[in-house]
Amino acid sequence: MIAEAGLAALWFAAALALAQLVLGAMATSDARAALRASIAPVAVVQALFVAISFFCLIAVFARSDMSVLLVAANSHSAKPMIYKISGTWGNHEGSMLMWVAILGVAGATIALFERKLRADTKVATLAAQGAIALGFYAFLLIASNPFARITGVIEGQGLNPLLQDPGLAFHPPTLYAGYVGMSAAFSFAVGALVTRNVGPEFARAMRPWILGAWIFLTIGITAGSYWAYYTLGWGGWWFWDPVENASLMPWLAATALIHSVTVLATRDGLRAWTIMLAVLAFSMSMVGTFLVRSGVLTSVHSFAVDPQRGLFILELLAVYIGGALTLFALRVGTVSEGTRFDPFSREAALVANNLLLTVILIVVLAGTLYPLALEGFTGAKISVGAPYFNSVAGPLALVLMLIMAMGPMLRWRSDRPGLLLRRVAPAVVVGAIALALLIALAGPIGILPLFGLTVAALVAVASVAPLWKRNLTRTPLFTYGMVIAHLGCAVSIAGMASEGAFTKENLVAVKVGETQPIGPFAVTFAGLRELPGPNYAALEGVLLVAKGTGKPFIMAPQLRQFRDPPMLTNHAAIRTFWNGQLYLTIGEKEIDGRWLLRMWWKPFVTLIWLGGAMIALGGALALLGRVRRDLFAGRRVGAPA
Amino acid sequence: MRWFAALLAAMLLAAPATAQNSIAPTPAAPDYAEVSLADPVKEKQALALMDNIRCVVCQGQPVSGSNADLAGDMRRIIRERIGAGETPEQVRAWLVSKYGAWVSFKPPLEPRTAPLWLVPLLALAIGLWLLMRRLKWDRLKGAKS
Repeated sequence: MIAEAGLAALWFAAALALAQLVLGAMATSDARAALRASIAPVAVVQALFVAISFFCLIAVFARSDMSVLLVAANSHSAKPMIYKISGTWGNHEGSMLMWVAILGVAGATIALFERKLRADTKVATLAAQGAIALGFYAFLLIASNPFARITGVIEGQGLNPLLQDPGLAFHPPTLYAGYVGMSAAFSFAVGALVTRNVGPEFARAMRPWILGAWIFLTIGITAGSYWAYYTLGWGGWWFWDPVENASLMPWLAATALIHSVTVLATRDGLRAWTIMLAVLAFSMSMVGTFLVRSGVLTSVHSFAVDPQRGLFILELLAVYIGGALTLFALRVGTVSEGTRFDPFSREAALVANNLLLTVILIVVLAGTLYPLALEGFTGAKISVGAPYFNSVAGPLALVLMLIMAMGPMLRWRSDRPGLLLRRVAPAVVVGAIALALLIALAGPIGILPLFGLTVAALVAVASVAPLWKRNLTRTPLFTYGMVIAHLGCAVSIAGMASEGAFTKENLVAVKVGETQPIGPFAVTFAGLRELPGPNYAALEGVLLVAKGTGKPFIMAPQLRQFRDPPMLTNHAAIRTFWNGQLYLTIGEKEIDGRWLLRMWWKPFVTLIWLGGAMIALGGALALLGRVRRDLFAGRRVGAPA
Repeated sequence: MRWFAALLAAMLLAAPATAQNSIAPTPAAPDYAEVSLADPVKEKQALALMDNIRCVVCQGQPVSGSNADLAGDMRRIIRERIGAGETPEQVRAWLVSKYGAWVSFKPPLEPRTAPLWLVPLLALAIGLWLLMRRLKWDRLKGAKS
């Protein structure tokens, strides 16, 4: 019953999305302005129905209802409850349903809370949102019904043990909120093009929505990186895996967009480019969805392999991106580009930021898609991985960081090069000292880590410069947001460079009682013990770790033998210190009385994710600052004189 | 079912590779797949290479980050060859000759891979050209003359 209710709710939601599209398209014209009041309720009820549908799916997973095909194929009654629930989106159909549920909620949120946008633009925006939703409802109902029934199944196949982790409960929902939140940027852009309303006011209305989506993307990527780091058991935090790239590409576009929208809001420049970026950001989200969901890639993340579905998503992609670009081409003539910029101005620095972010995006896109294209056309299989991305995107990113250091110190409109030089001088001096110290003391650490640490030091100083000599209590919240986000970039890059330069690794085969060194620690293999888990059996290595003459502590990496499905996973023991992490895993088998220990000491590796969290926090402060100022300004204008 | 199939495929793929290389661990020899080389310079080279070699049964991961048996075998080959004095590029070439270009995360520099470098370069050039057009240089030119 629950499954049928869920399916019915999905059909209702699809019908309402169609109504939203048609009513919205009609009401865009001023002649039918009377229709406009009907759009918001339709959007809200649509969100309600798709949310009901999603909760129905969660319910059948929670109840382990094996008469539902999806549950039987992906769940198991012996799984802990949290993984039964998070397993709802650990598969193709469920994750697509979550995708449209978030899309529906995003549309309803715009309908309810967007006050600044001109009425006709808002209606056109919601119509565009309805159009996107309709396509993905069709995809679910025609090609990926999550509620299909099956008979005669008593027990499910289980969930990939690598996904049986709290990470699955949080990482996909946040990432999807970011991916799908970018649909707001897309719909706003379409709405503005249709109603010929591209200007500062529109930019100020759009900004909070893209900031919100960008914050979710940032958290999703950061959390995903840490999840991969601790769950795969090898200490890697970024693999340039196509699925990771799929999440990085919308982030790069969105990062460019939140900067260009500021130029549009403040200086009425970059009109066409901002619209283009808004289309691009969500296009990258859909490309990401296509890459992950179509099975065109094969990696740990692609749990769905079905070319027919891939074709469907590809068609949706072509319709939406093609449609938006056609609209853009038709209307771009009516969008004037506004004033030209002085080369020494904040807007020029922001344009340079956009240029570099876009080129980095193209590097990631080329490196991700080119091997697929080459294989598709010639059958030749090549791999494009870390050596390509690091050597091409790495230097571009460092130049971008230097521009980011200077940008906030420049004035709008025009500035004097001499004054800029004086303002950046302290940061440059700190960077130079860092470089000299690293060359003198650190030994050969590789060119990218060397410049990474140098630039991180420089940017760290430069990013707090906007607060210099300011009245800190009167500094607006969004300035603090920018400072913290930029500082977060420096922190994160310092972590990446430090991990690359200073990681110590020691792989040893030990007998019980033996001691081996790793970094500043000595690790003694005290023995093994067996532990039962909820749906696995664990073999735990007991390791006594001591630093110098300090008191030893126990670290216990595990081997987990899962039953349904049968799979052996390696569960790392990780201990965090102020200056890094000790990361220990135990090998899969005993070889003539010896067990394999893999030990890593990763100085300051935690800065990678701390920086990511700071970037997201900065975004949240900026969002809060903008929204609060808008509310405050609105109240003042509305107040009786 | 899917997992059984994947497991089976992994075993089938891994088995001939192990047999062909005849590198099954003998009780006397240490397991080079997992133990650091004595020479820290060579170990560092080996680790750097492992980061750039694809585990051919796991597909998304480098051999330095996979629990698959074949990844362990490939780590062992890399350590053995580098330990025996080969350069990382020689080992990479040997692996490419055995498994195809797909095994190396470092794309070969060939005409067919040129777009990987040309496309970003072209984008940068077009972007710079557009940027230059958007900037007004009048003030600076005026100041100089």
